[in-house]
Amino acid sequence: MNINGKAVLDGLDLHVGRGEIHGLLGVNGTGKTTLANLIMGLISADEGRIVFEGQDITQLSISQRAKLGITLAWQEPARFEGLTVRNYLQLNGRADPEELEKTLHLVGLSPEEYLGRFVDSTLSGGERKRIELAAVMAMRPKLAILDEPDSGIDMISLPYIMQGVAEMVKGGSSVLLITHNESSVEIADRVSVICAGRIIQSGPPKEVCQWFKQNCQVCPAPNVPREEFRR
Amino acid sequence: MILKEYEALLEAYSRAGGDRGILASREVGSLLIHENKVLGANRVEGLRLETEEFASGVRVRFLVEKGVRIEHPVHLCFGLLPQEGLQEIIMQVKMEEGSKVSVIAHCIFPNAVRVIHRMDAELEIGPGAEFNYQETHYHGELGGIEVIPKAKIRIAEKGVWRSSLSIVQGLVGKLDYDFEASCEEKAVAELLVKAYGKKDDELKVWERIHLNGRESRGLAKSRLVLIDRARGEVRGETYGNAPLARGHVDCLEIVNGEEAIARAIPIVEVRDRLAKVTHEAAIGSLDKKQIQTLMARGLEESEAIDVIVSGILRG
Repeated sequence: MNINGKAVLDGLDLHVGRGEIHGLLGVNGTGKTTLANLIMGLISADEGRIVFEGQDITQLSISQRAKLGITLAWQEPARFEGLTVRNYLQLNGRADPEELEKTLHLVGLSPEEYLGRFVDSTLSGGERKRIELAAVMAMRPKLAILDEPDSGIDMISLPYIMQGVAEMVKGGSSVLLITHNESSVEIADRVSVICAGRIIQSGPPKEVCQWFKQNCQVCPAPNVPREEFRR
Repeated sequence: MILKEYEALLEAYSRAGGDRGILASREVGSLLIHENKVLGANRVEGLRLETEEFASGVRVRFLVEKGVRIEHPVHLCFGLLPQEGLQEIIMQVKMEEGSKVSVIAHCIFPNAVRVIHRMDAELEIGPGAEFNYQETHYHGELGGIEVIPKAKIRIAEKGVWRSSLSIVQGLVGKLDYDFEASCEEKAVAELLVKAYGKKDDELKVWERIHLNGRESRGLAKSRLVLIDRARGEVRGETYGNAPLARGHVDCLEIVNGEEAIARAIPIVEVRDRLAKVTHEAAIGSLDKKQIQTLMARGLEESEAIDVIVSGILRG
């Protein structure tokens, strides 16, 4: 996939198993968000295919993909004037009032305090991210793509985010957890490392995280995969 | 005849989502005007409400006595049901020291083809008094109406004025809004206009706040959504004339039509080195990320746009 003549994703092959938390690790600028946007349908690829539960969804719109059960939590979620947290969590009409409260509790927010608040600039970055995760949970997706849910949030919010991810999988969702922080993918079943738009390493979290620390975090040219990692 | 108009206006009010029971309640202050006729008025303790009919409208004197804090919002209902006509409301409001009231005004013009609704208001908010004014319009789909609300508001020390005008239902027609507020020491003025311009609607909004007193505060806020061939112009002006005065102009105009045009003219002026006035104006299309976020929750693009627009006009 090219943007402005530069290959952003190139020969990438990634499989997320049913009910799996799949961690996608990579330093900045390696194509993580581009991949998230591509799967959700925000952008389209020049070539290649995206297959979901055996169905080729490459040509489907964002809404069509969402209706199949795919959703995305943005790294920096949008803010909405005049839209309450309650309405935001009920956009797809799947969650009943009791479930909404439970979902907010799971991300560490009090329903009494937050359901009536607006999803606007009065929320802090951490609050907004937790509400985004709650909105994804309320949708009960088959595949949740979480783009850096751990970035830009405080230490108090982080455990709630991770708790939310674990709960989602318990509820039957698959999760693609995108991050540049190897400690965040410790809860994953499998981890892949992305570099210059390619998957260069994949396997159990412990081994892959160790490998990531040794190779990627000290890499002098983080956006150019070394010859030995090319497949 | 009056009874017939009274019933018809209440019926229109109900259809627009209003609660008829409130206008009938003895505990709630209210005033019901059709064309140039006062169809009903209910005074509550501490509220003096005097009316005088003239050829093209009604003169209203509204006074809340010193220290009186009126428990329930006072409801004003102004309407004109025929297709043509002129309604002028000349309003004098006085809030005596330490008084407080919330006023909800319903302006109902469901059949307008050639109707003018004009309001000229002079308001005096006394020291420590508080006036919250919320005006909602219910227009039909013909768009043959001119709405011309003009108000001069003087807010004494520690007084508070908050107003909102909402024209979201039906066609706006022509709107020429001009509110000007002057704040003395520690006084607060907040002006808000929300309107949804469609077809050939023309919207002009002029909000002016003079922060003349030390530590006075002002907010001139507007939210316009324009589709089809609608045109909108917002002039938000705030003048910081005293030490520690703080003002803000906040204008959002969304254009979502091929021929719609939005214009914003913010003016911020400071005449005291300790005053501060800021402004933000966002004019343009709907935010793509907002639309995509809602689509990723399963909404179609048109549904996502409706949710965003409704929020902007509600918030």
